[in-house]
Amino acid sequence: MMDGSKFDDGSVDALSGEQKIRNFNINFGPQHPAAHGVLRLVLELDGEIVERCDPHIGLLHRGTEKLMESRTYLQNLPYFDRLDYVAPMNQEHAWCLAIEKLTGVEVPRRASLIRVLYSEIGRILNHLLNITTQAMDVGALTPPLWGFEEREKLMVFYERACGARLHAAYFRPGGVHQDLPEDLLDDIDQWAVEFPRVIADIDGLLTENRIFKQRNADIGVVSEEDIQNWGFSGVMVRGSGLAWDLRRAQPYECYDEFDFQIPVGKNGDCYDRYLVRMEEMRQSLSIIRQAIAKLKMPENQGDVLARGKLTPPKRSDMKTSMEALIHHFKLYTEGFHVPEGEVYAAVEAPKGEFGVYLKADGSNKPYRAKLRAPGFLHLQAMDYIATGHQLADVAAIIGTMDVVFGEIDR
Amino acid sequence: MTEALKELGGYIEAKRPDCVIGWDVTFDELNVDVAPSNIAGLVEFLKNDPTCKFNSLVDITAVDYPARGKRFDVVYHFLSMYQNHRIRLRVSIREEDMVPSIVDVHPSANWFEREVFDMFGILFTGHPDLRRILTDYGFRGYPLRKDFPTTGYTEVRYDEEQKRVVYEPVSLVQEYRQFDFMSPWEGAEYVLPGDEKQEASK
Repeated sequence: MMDGSKFDDGSVDALSGEQKIRNFNINFGPQHPAAHGVLRLVLELDGEIVERCDPHIGLLHRGTEKLMESRTYLQNLPYFDRLDYVAPMNQEHAWCLAIEKLTGVEVPRRASLIRVLYSEIGRILNHLLNITTQAMDVGALTPPLWGFEEREKLMVFYERACGARLHAAYFRPGGVHQDLPEDLLDDIDQWAVEFPRVIADIDGLLTENRIFKQRNADIGVVSEEDIQNWGFSGVMVRGSGLAWDLRRAQPYECYDEFDFQIPVGKNGDCYDRYLVRMEEMRQSLSIIRQAIAKLKMPENQGDVLARGKLTPPKRSDMKTSMEALIHHFKLYTEGFHVPEGEVYAAVEAPKGEFGVYLKADGSNKPYRAKLRAPGFLHLQAMDYIATGHQLADVAAIIGTMDVVFGEIDR
Repeated sequence: MTEALKELGGYIEAKRPDCVIGWDVTFDELNVDVAPSNIAGLVEFLKNDPTCKFNSLVDITAVDYPARGKRFDVVYHFLSMYQNHRIRLRVSIREEDMVPSIVDVHPSANWFEREVFDMFGILFTGHPDLRRILTDYGFRGYPLRKDFPTTGYTEVRYDEEQKRVVYEPVSLVQEYRQFDFMSPWEGAEYVLPGDEKQEASK
């Protein structure tokens, strides 16, 4: 045995005549393809049934919160791309919202629409990865290959907006970094026309697939009470029939103008959560197309940054105005100051509620920033959900929880 | 929104005057200061009371103020999915104080309390399994305290001769760079280079 003790060698208890058996401990990960990163699980098995599951996290801990305390607000922004690196801009969004709440900056309309557009692109990026890799965890290889092709196209849209495929740093306090290039909106629109065919393909591969259903239906059932006890959010809530979505319940940015449905599951199992994610992609697609239509309207042209203390001056102003030049220099060295106070800003990230608790002391650096990652709570419930399931279901449950270690370990 | 939160704050204070030290609504958020010994009771009240129904724990964290007598603020965030409102509870404690755990009320507090213990060294009484969570196995110190250096104390590398990972004291090839960008015209808290001569000539 792994712990050095003797095997279950068939020895028989002298009094009761029963064969002696004991539970088997196995170590799952940290380098396991189904662990979605560096997750180490210590599993106690009775035969093939999981008796106890102890997740060991922190193998990707980088001390982001500590680092943030010694950097300016703007320098901290790129750290958010590195949290949930599957949908980077959604995290930046929470940081920008927190700063804007404290400083009281109004985001220009065009920037707000661009943020919505890219948040939804991020949601599709995330769900494509999650659905297809979960299919891979339960034995299918084709979906990830098809899904990643689409992800690649979306990351090209990221690149065309901000110059980077993953680490965008595109949302800035007070707006977005730059306006979109001319033909990008047309190309995203064109992609949005073609994408339903890809969803249909993945749908055809998985939804009625017998193996996929057997591996996911009735696995990891989450009830309404579990949601409250374990602090779930996002798809983990909606899969169980609660239509809870921060975009609808506590609208931020300009989500209240958009027309979209909130899909909910019935049974709260892995399969329902898969269906919810599929439908959310279709809804995101609808939001994307609405956002593009709005962005093309003549009244929604104009600046993408609220010009002021938080944002750099226009390049053309810097050529002629000394004050603009000084402002630019001070902004990128000293950084802007945020008035004293504490706020909590949350967004509906693809994985659930991603929040930032920001404590500012009036200087150019945050006094304390706490990042609230949805995956942290989901993974915490691993022991509760996986207990009583078979070992093979552990991979399906990790997949459905949508854990990414960038945000859990921080 | 603010009006509703003010009403809620008044309601909580009226119902549990022994727990609430003070409350306010800033930035459209309800903050309640709570006495450390009463936190578990108040959280249970907030969870079960039909007007509050704060049955989802969002976050537990702490903030370090080394200059204060009550050094730490433990900060709780709760959300009610039914009433659609949020609340923040603040508990101020001394360095040696312990906070009652709320794991019995909210099982999801388990990892958050472990994280606060890991990062700040705050102990929670009644916690079933208060181990470190994010830092390395065998880590020493509490990284998010303000007196803990950002660089840390130890670094690791793989040793080719010993064929294992070894821990060594941190040696920086260059100083950890913390530039001072604050304007010297706006009340620098130190003597500017050159100004000491002026002081001496007086």
